[in-house]
Amino acid sequence: MAGASSASGMSAALTLIGKRFASSLLTLLLVSLTIFVIAQLLPGDAAQEALGQSATAEQVAALRHEMGLDRPAHIRYASWLTGMVSGDPGQSMVANMPVAEVIAERLPNSLLLAALSALVAVPVALAIGIGSAMNRGGRIDRALNIVTLSMVAVPEFLVATVAVLIFSVKLRWLPSIALVADDMTWGEYLRGVAMPILTLSIIVIAQMARMTRAAVIDQMDRPYVEMAVLKGVAPVRIVMRHIMPNAIAPIVNAMALSLSYLLGGAVIVETIFNYPGLASLMVNAVTSRDMPLLQACAMIFCAAYLILMLIADVTAILANPRLRAQ
Amino acid sequence: MLSPFSRRDLIGAGLGLGAGLLLPDGALAASRPRVGGRIRVASLSSSTADTLDPAKGALSTDYVRHYMFYSGLTQLDRNLVPRPALAERMESADQINWHVRLRKGVTFHNGAELTAADVVWSLLRHKDAATGSKMAQIAEQFALVKATGRHELTIRLTGPNADLPTILAQSHFLILRAGTRDFRTANGTGPYMCAQFRPGVRTLGRRNPNFWKPGKPYLEEIELIGIPDEVSRVNALLSGDVHLVIAVNPRSTKRVMASRGHGLLETQSGLYTNLIMQQRQLPTGNPHFVAAMKYLLDRPLIKRALYRGYATIANDHPIPPFHPYYRADLPQTTLDLDKARWHLQRAGLSGVRLPVYASPAADGSVDMASILQEYGSRVGLKLAVNRVPGDGYWSTHWMKHPLGFGNTNPRPTADLLFSLFYKSDAAWNESGWNNPRFDRLLLEARGEADQARRKQLYGEMQGLVRSHCGVGIPVFISLIDGYDRRLKGLYPVSLGGLMGYQFAEHVWWEG
Repeated sequence: MAGASSASGMSAALTLIGKRFASSLLTLLLVSLTIFVIAQLLPGDAAQEALGQSATAEQVAALRHEMGLDRPAHIRYASWLTGMVSGDPGQSMVANMPVAEVIAERLPNSLLLAALSALVAVPVALAIGIGSAMNRGGRIDRALNIVTLSMVAVPEFLVATVAVLIFSVKLRWLPSIALVADDMTWGEYLRGVAMPILTLSIIVIAQMARMTRAAVIDQMDRPYVEMAVLKGVAPVRIVMRHIMPNAIAPIVNAMALSLSYLLGGAVIVETIFNYPGLASLMVNAVTSRDMPLLQACAMIFCAAYLILMLIADVTAILANPRLRAQ
Repeated sequence: MLSPFSRRDLIGAGLGLGAGLLLPDGALAASRPRVGGRIRVASLSSSTADTLDPAKGALSTDYVRHYMFYSGLTQLDRNLVPRPALAERMESADQINWHVRLRKGVTFHNGAELTAADVVWSLLRHKDAATGSKMAQIAEQFALVKATGRHELTIRLTGPNADLPTILAQSHFLILRAGTRDFRTANGTGPYMCAQFRPGVRTLGRRNPNFWKPGKPYLEEIELIGIPDEVSRVNALLSGDVHLVIAVNPRSTKRVMASRGHGLLETQSGLYTNLIMQQRQLPTGNPHFVAAMKYLLDRPLIKRALYRGYATIANDHPIPPFHPYYRADLPQTTLDLDKARWHLQRAGLSGVRLPVYASPAADGSVDMASILQEYGSRVGLKLAVNRVPGDGYWSTHWMKHPLGFGNTNPRPTADLLFSLFYKSDAAWNESGWNNPRFDRLLLEARGEADQARRKQLYGEMQGLVRSHCGVGIPVFISLIDGYDRRLKGLYPVSLGGLMGYQFAEHVWWEG
């Protein structure tokens, strides 16, 4: 690769990152506004939910005042926004703790689970996708197709529940719930999260493998691949050297989508394995109408999604000389 | 006898306290309590709303946690009779002025001694709106709470209430150190000390070696977690990851019973899901309509199909058959389509179409509504079942429709139940019925110290509710806990699962 094109590639990427950063901030703002408005439409508020069935009007009014819920909606939103801009996501109405503290406890759990699942899922998905593309129409391809298609079709709660029945209740190899304690060793931790990782991986491997296969096959029909075949290039070299640079953009895009799911969409897996992650925290926040916590979770998920998308786009630019030159 | 909690009672009770509470039912008598063991307990829910403040306790997980770390002035035994706890003695001649003498030498977990000042502060904080106490309404009857010595205090009520010792045994009235504002950890006098509390994740309790009941508690450590998903909870029990779980669904009982190492603890309770027929509007306020609906409830079917037999047939009033004040001579209302049709015709409602609101929030109500719909169609009543989400049900739908469902947890006294849900001016008088005779009886029974007379008064009230109130109560729902058989000393307490949420103090591990 020539130095000039890679330099212009870098600058193109930097401009893109700059633009993306600005539009990401705008997106975050709009998301926070949307969530705030939608949460207002939900029946009840934090005071009512906290006091529950047995609350009287006076108690609710007193608690509402204490929580600051008696102020008009736009003022509450504005004060949340100014807090957020200055780096303070506010006070959780329900936990009586700063939101930052509540999230600091859960976010590492979620990130770790997502990272470990990605570590398992990405290589496996790439291997399955490329392998079945190279054997297109062959036995291996058909077998892998059946496996991945059925994995896409099976919902995660079923995968998780069946896995628990087999590995925990019958065989007793793995714990049925993912307990996380401060004094755990890495071995204990990995044993605890083995099944959540397995479940999450199965869900995303299938999607990513399908996309990888499609992207690689799409390139295989191009004339340049035919040329390489005619030249007698070895199949593995064709895929790695010729096809992958062209197929990488859609593959990374698909992976970014799947990985963002690992962070925010893990709620069912978190529920079944009782894993203290961010997604179940957000569900908590919705049911208890804890606005500051809900907003903070939404911001994190949204930001994670935007960052993954940004990485996908930058990878696409760096991998494609035509985009680099622009 | 001055009250169920008079001095003469106490001498016996105080001496027999340890033995009385420890002696388990015949089957368990072979096992002797021993110190040691760690267990993990899974409760129903766990979220950021978890609290160490007893006044704010809202869910079973909270009650269990609070009974682990704190003690109350009194404590209910398995028959719901109040026994002395932090109060060594509690007596009243008029049921208005109560004199309390505290046990001496009780220490908080931080070493401070329990004094009357702590108790006064703990009781009076419920009257402060800023506390956000669930018991604010009940605490309104504390006219005066005053220390009269280092270990003595006086409670003056706004009116006579013979149930005060029972009321004070509830988890909300557990005793805190005076001036406690920070609830990140617990400083109580309870059987376990708070080693870790992380809302929504776990609570860890370590044995309190200085607990005021000698020899107790037995377990070295209890880890309390919440597993909201029932299937996961039962799986966790069966896989050995937890040793005690609350709220096993009747559908899962077969799975637990099939496991040799696990058992089920059925607690007959006063929990019920009831049909609400709003009395302030028509047609649901028509007495013939109310009667017709009560005849349309197929109670044995609800007991069998919805609860797999883990329920007790009810008779449209909230006092369950095992309650000391239950009136046995009231005729049982049964499914009777002819009577229902006749009442509907008298009400002029044949062929009318009515919406009924049900929700997963009121346990079993969706299925009950469907059963009602089915029988209704046979007598010319068209019910449209509106299934609404459980989220926000209590603030948005409960008591806001002419025909809907409610769900009421067991209360420790008949007075609380009737005062909260059936008195004409009660905030949760669900059907909005108004019966002056009932209200008068309620006040009279509250101040009545004579048990026989009390039973008679409460009996008449049960009859009034059954015949006239706009609620239909088909069954009382049993609570089912699942446990590892190595855990010993469990017995049912009808107030709630996990031995009325107080298992921590009583159970031991044999494994």
